[in-house]
Amino acid sequence: MTMTMPRKTPAITNQSCLSLEKVTISYGSFEAVRDVYLEIPRGKVTAFIGPSGCGKSTVLRGLNRMNDLIEGCTLKGRVIFDGQDIYAPEVDPVEVRRRIGMVFQQPNPFPKSIYENIAFGARINGFTGDMDELVESSLRKAFIWDETKDKLKESGNSLSGGQQQRLCIARAIAIEPEVILMDEPCSALDPISTLKIEELMHELKKTFSIVIVTHNMQQAVRVSDQTAFFNAEAVEGGTGKVGYLVEFDETERIFNSPLQQATQDYVTGRFG
Amino acid sequence: MTTLTPAIKHSSLCLNPSLRRNRLDRLFTTIAGGFSLIAVLPLFLVLIYVILQGGRLISINLFTQLPPAPGLDGGGIGNALIGTFVVTLVASLIAIPVGVGGGIFLAEYSKSGPFAQFIRLGNDILAGVPSIICGVFVYGAIVATRVFFGQSYTAAAGGMALAILMLPTVIKTTDEGLRLVPKALSMGAIGVGASKFVTITRITLPSAFTPIATGVVLGIARAAGETAPLIFTALFSPFWPEGVFNPIATMSVLIYNFAIMPFDAQNELAWAASFVLVVLILGANLLARWLRRFASM
Repeated sequence: MTMTMPRKTPAITNQSCLSLEKVTISYGSFEAVRDVYLEIPRGKVTAFIGPSGCGKSTVLRGLNRMNDLIEGCTLKGRVIFDGQDIYAPEVDPVEVRRRIGMVFQQPNPFPKSIYENIAFGARINGFTGDMDELVESSLRKAFIWDETKDKLKESGNSLSGGQQQRLCIARAIAIEPEVILMDEPCSALDPISTLKIEELMHELKKTFSIVIVTHNMQQAVRVSDQTAFFNAEAVEGGTGKVGYLVEFDETERIFNSPLQQATQDYVTGRFG
Repeated sequence: MTTLTPAIKHSSLCLNPSLRRNRLDRLFTTIAGGFSLIAVLPLFLVLIYVILQGGRLISINLFTQLPPAPGLDGGGIGNALIGTFVVTLVASLIAIPVGVGGGIFLAEYSKSGPFAQFIRLGNDILAGVPSIICGVFVYGAIVATRVFFGQSYTAAAGGMALAILMLPTVIKTTDEGLRLVPKALSMGAIGVGASKFVTITRITLPSAFTPIATGVVLGIARAAGETAPLIFTALFSPFWPEGVFNPIATMSVLIYNFAIMPFDAQNELAWAASFVLVVLILGANLLARWLRRFASM
């Protein structure tokens, strides 16, 4: 049976934390993703799912101007954060990244001690309080304190992959951002480490808004409150596929009763 | 029904040394081995010859005394030893900041546009410029014009000539060392709100420290042994060094001057200086190798 009732727009808009208005991101002349409208809610976990090449990671990096580092990457449209278009010319991208932190696909701790990995971000952001306390509380919040408390002076690279990723999350939360972006944070990890990070996300969303890109649909179901499904389609005259946002709704609805056929096909594995 | 006869006959699995391919194999292995031996032969001949000729002359006096006046015996190369260090130090003080800075620009700021390509090409060409041309250039620009307090030949001018020789090595190793640092590392720093400057100075540069240090050491080793750029910039002096704005003795120029003199004492000092110079440069190269191994751990 199908639901025919009109559905109210997802999320309560005054609670939205980041909003995208007609965002189009291109690499050179190639459009990677087109015309995205999205309201990312505050204090929730939002998941981006979709096939490879649909532009979900590109959109994620667009949320804290990480794309600035990729040559030829341009963004049209507006990304509103805290009442400000973060792509406005007067905005300092460094300030944006201080308030919207990022965790990457591959764990990338700095080749410094575990302590310094956490302290680095805080120090460059002008933190003046008790550094020992900050390091401990950040590591505790990332559920890695017990494993690292006796070896804070050892290199971050001496940890296992899953521990490194939690260290990277601790590093991100040490600068107390408002939003944490996670680009497939578990794809390089084993199932046990993945589980730990998922538990961690449930804890973190009490304090932060989280946006996560994942290829793992079970993960999206387990951790997210809202899910955005992206897809890619070939366009006439274009050289490749252009990504677009198909549907954005509460996770439960996306997976149980999506409005779009494409979403239904994807989440039930009948894609392509 | 016919049984299939295999088109290729199976032979024994044991090695048959008389087969054509195995004989050729041995022949070419021998030829390649022979040529590689010939290639390293000069190194050992030079080392052995210098050790035999110069090694026996090593004494305390060699390092503490001035060269004797023509016709007299004894003496040492103390002033030339200090001079080589002074001139190389001046060269390093110029070449390391400029070279590392240039390498940082190429690797981190230039976006590999036409300007950066031009600099890289120019740098490769500079690396191939004969050292005597660097000397002539510094002679024309600094020595002949007497820019340093009216002095003509100075240690500073010699250091500048050597700096020009060091620059390409330092720029290239810095550029390549920085580009080898994983992008994910600088992304991580930028992701926690580091500015580009902080990312480079605190994360990227320390990660590339070893290749840069290796390049610097190799550059110094090359500069320390150069003679041509020093002959008409730092000149020579039979006295103790009198600051960087006076002519200064260096070991390479001392060898050049003394080896062809008709006096035994001077010839012996030239051999002794050769030995010391070879040992220093060998040491610098070993240090560079050690640094590299340190990095790969």
